[in-house]
Amino acid sequence: MFKLTRYVLYDILRSKVVIAYTLFLFAVSIGLFQLEENQSKAILSLLNIVLIVVPLISLIFTTIHYYNSYEFIELMLSQPLSRTRILLSEYGGVALSLISSFMIGVGFPVLIYTFDATGLALLFTGIALTLAFTSIAFLASVKSRDKARGIGSALLLWFYFSLIYDGLVLLILFSFSDYPMEKFTLFLSALNPIDLGRIFIMLKMDVGALMGYTGALYKDFFGSGAGIIFTAGIMLLWVVIPLLLAVRVFRKKDL
Amino acid sequence: MMRIENLKKRFKKLQALDNINAMFDNGQVISLIGPNGSGKTTLIKSILGMVKADEGNIFVNGNPINDDPSYRSRIGYMPQIGRYPDNMKIGHLFRMMKDIRKMPEAGVDTDMLIRFDLMSIFEKPMRTLSGGTRQKVSAALAFYFNPDILILDEPTAGLDPVSSEILKEKIMLEKMKNKLILITSHILSDLDELATDVMYLQEGKMIFLKDIDTLRCETGEDKLGKAIARVMQRNTSLG
Repeated sequence: MFKLTRYVLYDILRSKVVIAYTLFLFAVSIGLFQLEENQSKAILSLLNIVLIVVPLISLIFTTIHYYNSYEFIELMLSQPLSRTRILLSEYGGVALSLISSFMIGVGFPVLIYTFDATGLALLFTGIALTLAFTSIAFLASVKSRDKARGIGSALLLWFYFSLIYDGLVLLILFSFSDYPMEKFTLFLSALNPIDLGRIFIMLKMDVGALMGYTGALYKDFFGSGAGIIFTAGIMLLWVVIPLLLAVRVFRKKDL
Repeated sequence: MMRIENLKKRFKKLQALDNINAMFDNGQVISLIGPNGSGKTTLIKSILGMVKADEGNIFVNGNPINDDPSYRSRIGYMPQIGRYPDNMKIGHLFRMMKDIRKMPEAGVDTDMLIRFDLMSIFEKPMRTLSGGTRQKVSAALAFYFNPDILILDEPTAGLDPVSSEILKEKIMLEKMKNKLILITSHILSDLDELATDVMYLQEGKMIFLKDIDTLRCETGEDKLGKAIARVMQRNTSLG
């Protein structure tokens, strides 16, 4: 099963984009830890960068990789390999290479400077976001034949998850501010992996108290064992569902 | 051996394949001819399972092709444009393919690797190769696993005359070994020496499938190019 993944991985790890991504993350992490006296402030800044950069790079890199490998995927299809296997191998290769970039770029510095629960939560979030957005990008790529449209929709998705979504949530909360919304906002956060990751880490850092009554509810929830399982479970759904949909589309697709 | 039954494929407004029926036997070299957009590549892709037909069936060695991809281990395919992972080296590509097909070292056919002198550039990454060299890699890969069925899409396009001759010799050699070979090409003089049968497609329809001697007889032309031109003229004057 993973034979093909090995070769895809081998190819991607030599690409300049992945090397640049690793170096960028590494420079930012080291820089922040060196500049900030307070480690948790550094983690907070790093968190903000991770939440923006990781989904963006995962989406764009995956989409471009998919379209560049189009002929290679065709060649693989002419071999005795099933479509499901080909797509999952490609996914494995891309996801593993992005995760190894992240672990070298962010993981190493975090482990050296602040090896605690918050640091681990940040690494968990980074890995989960990489996997989730690689899945989403695969779904976007197999859906559209045209490269420009594929990359365009990947960018739109990124805009949606990191900018538009927050606006929508604020709008909803504002219009229904007369009602108790705590449970509902908890549900809303599950609809966006970036949001979920942010809340998860914020609460680990004890800045949750700044978020008022809702923050207290969050803390109650996310701080507990059930909250951690809930976060991990929802993240897993964000990885698995788009990937399964992508496989389904890919199996029926004409290439 | 291959049988195609009532094969139909529609891309939105375009009827790419319109009720194709055909039967190919081992030892035949079928040349697929037709104007651009006549459905040649769609037919090839349907056989390889890359395009899923709307209706009809394809049987390879008696078994219908469906979701089980194992039938493709008997097919060697040379695509029109071969692109490979940028950072992969040629040697690496062949090792990978051997890995995927689980073929022992003794079973592979390295004839083309030797004749195209690809062994000496095994350490070169794919992105540095010229179009022609990449075409040689594709050709070598198609023959590598000694398949019963060879599908070659525009094999000589982009090759220099010497390499093109080498490839044609190889096709002849495989023909002797009683293999089924499907070739599409617009260079009819290339097909002259190779083909045993001609399948002519136009607008997704199969106009005819005839062996080359019958075709020569009917048209009174010796050269394939002229014979085809004669048939096409007759078709247009009738229609």
